[in-house]
Amino acid sequence: MARLTARWGRSAAADSATLGAVSGIGTLFAAMGETRGCERRKETRMADTLGDVPPPSKIHLKQVSQIFETPGQPEVLALDRIDIDIAPGRFVSLIGPSGCGKSTIFNVIAGLLAPSEGSVEIDGEDVTGYIGLVGYMLQKDLLLPWRTVLDNVILGMEIRGVPVRQARERARPYLERYGLAGFERQYPPALSGGMRQRAALLRTLLCDTEVILLDEPFGALDAQTRSAMQEWLLRLWEDFGRTVIFVTHDVEEAVYLSDEIYVLSPRPGRVRAHLEVPLARPRPRSIVTTDVFARLREHCVELLGPAPTDLPADVAA
Amino acid sequence: MINVGHLATMLPGGRVVRREDGTVVVPPVTRRRLPVQRRWHTARIAAWQLGILVCLIAYWEVGVRVGFIDGFFWSQPSQVWTSLVTFVGEGDALVDTWFTFRATLLGFAVGTTVGALIGLSFWWSRNYATIVQPYLVCFEAMPKLALAPLVVLVFGMGLSSKVAMGVALTMVVTTLTCFAGVKAVDSDQERLFYSLGAHRIQVFNKLVLPSVLPWIISVLRINIGLALTGTIVGEFISSQHGLGRLILYAGEVYDIALIWVGVLVLSVLSIALYVIVGQLERWLIKGVAHGAATGAAR
Ligand SMILES: Nc1ncnc2c1ncn2[C@@H]1O[C@H](COP(=O)(O)OP(=O)(O)O)[C@@H](O)[C@H]1O
Ligand SMILES: [Mg+2]
Repeated sequence: MARLTARWGRSAAADSATLGAVSGIGTLFAAMGETRGCERRKETRMADTLGDVPPPSKIHLKQVSQIFETPGQPEVLALDRIDIDIAPGRFVSLIGPSGCGKSTIFNVIAGLLAPSEGSVEIDGEDVTGYIGLVGYMLQKDLLLPWRTVLDNVILGMEIRGVPVRQARERARPYLERYGLAGFERQYPPALSGGMRQRAALLRTLLCDTEVILLDEPFGALDAQTRSAMQEWLLRLWEDFGRTVIFVTHDVEEAVYLSDEIYVLSPRPGRVRAHLEVPLARPRPRSIVTTDVFARLREHCVELLGPAPTDLPADVAA
Repeated sequence: MINVGHLATMLPGGRVVRREDGTVVVPPVTRRRLPVQRRWHTARIAAWQLGILVCLIAYWEVGVRVGFIDGFFWSQPSQVWTSLVTFVGEGDALVDTWFTFRATLLGFAVGTTVGALIGLSFWWSRNYATIVQPYLVCFEAMPKLALAPLVVLVFGMGLSSKVAMGVALTMVVTTLTCFAGVKAVDSDQERLFYSLGAHRIQVFNKLVLPSVLPWIISVLRINIGLALTGTIVGEFISSQHGLGRLILYAGEVYDIALIWVGVLVLSVLSIALYVIVGQLERWLIKGVAHGAATGAAR
């Protein structure tokens, strides 16, 4: 419980820092204050400081199983009773070997796939099969080539019915603040990989959903861009205060970014372990050299086991 | 097996050769540079093109006069010129060209629009698309020009039968192309839209339409040619105006020079139509780029 209170203390401190920044950044955060998410988070925090009750869960996957049936082929059990419970404002990573069902979990949460069994709850409400409730950044950036960067970023708002002019007005300061200044009028093919990911992530964030799903967003980037993007993502997460579920197969990335890590087993995907990351924030880059970090990373690597592709199937068996 | 000797044998042209012990040798490349073509100046190219044309016409004219080309069947450039002057001077040119032009453009517009709408409608229901598809394929396989007499009977001798021919030729191609475009819409992008909570109409307007537009643009050029063909064939069957009727009439009275005049005017018309379509293409491509601004306001 002490750990929990410490965590909530941190996030409260971060929030007051955010509030302090209002005068500095002006309308930017004033706009964010309007969102329901912020209100609700404040309420829960109040409750938390009054009575020392555990924080309610933001999103809860209850015993989710997924079976894929392709005609003429044997059934595939992709997910086996996955149970994941995440508190508001947390940064949680899912790691697991390729093909273990990470993207499938996201599709279920985003309502794009009806789970064979189990349910998804957000704020205690059953939302299985509903679309548009969470922000989902798919593995590819999926920017529309016929839209400018600015118009790509506002796509989510547009779909929610925000008039284009207002949406653009709202998005512009974000583009400037988060490293896309001067690219508003460019078309996606003119952007570097990192820039495209930034645009895709901003598009996801500007929908004001409280839960954000990121499916290997930095998987295709080179090492240097990747670490810059990690810093950028942490800054964004701290500013926006959303609940993030992050899929990666890079253990170091998971440990560096997350509050919690779920390790999944190879197909069928099961939760093999649920780990807390006891590293204080903000985390400097140098944290990767500390003992705690190294031990945690080793532990995760052990849990993942040898990559199945390292050995030919017959040798492995 | 024939013994080829101890040493590796190299085939002419330096191709891969197998040694006696079975190892494969890749022979070294002889020293040479990247072949570079020198491009001529545009003026020089144009001069060549013009020169060739002049030579051909001169050869034709001289050939008829000297007698090694049969002037009765081939006519000759000077006569073609005289016919052209009369045709244009007496004012038939305007009526006939306008008739063909109008019928072609109408057939093109109606066929392309209706075809595109049908193709796009397949996005809305997979079942409906599957049911309709075999009919489309059958109709596409049918030689539609063979239907021309029927079309003229049904639609009469006037403009509408020519337009109908143009539509018959262009519509199904457009539908099938559009359908291919619809099937090629990126399913991940579709998932992205739905993950943002989009309605189907939003996916259609903001994703399917812009994705299929390049497919529609690609079919425009084909369609204008087909619409012209349809119109001409319609005029061949039965008509009171049009360049097709002119050519048919000229053939019936053995006025070969007038046939050439008809073909010549038709070619000019065809070029004009392609220019119009090129303009339309450019305009539509801009529509794709501006789609966000206009499409979003809806
Ligand atoms: N639509 C589908 N039909 C059949 N099998 C599928 C389908 N989608 C995913 N799978 C299978 O489910 C497993 C999990 O896939 P996925 O969630 O994409 O894995 P990950 O994202 O962890 O790499 C894979 O083995 C894949 O082959
Ligand atoms: Mg995946």
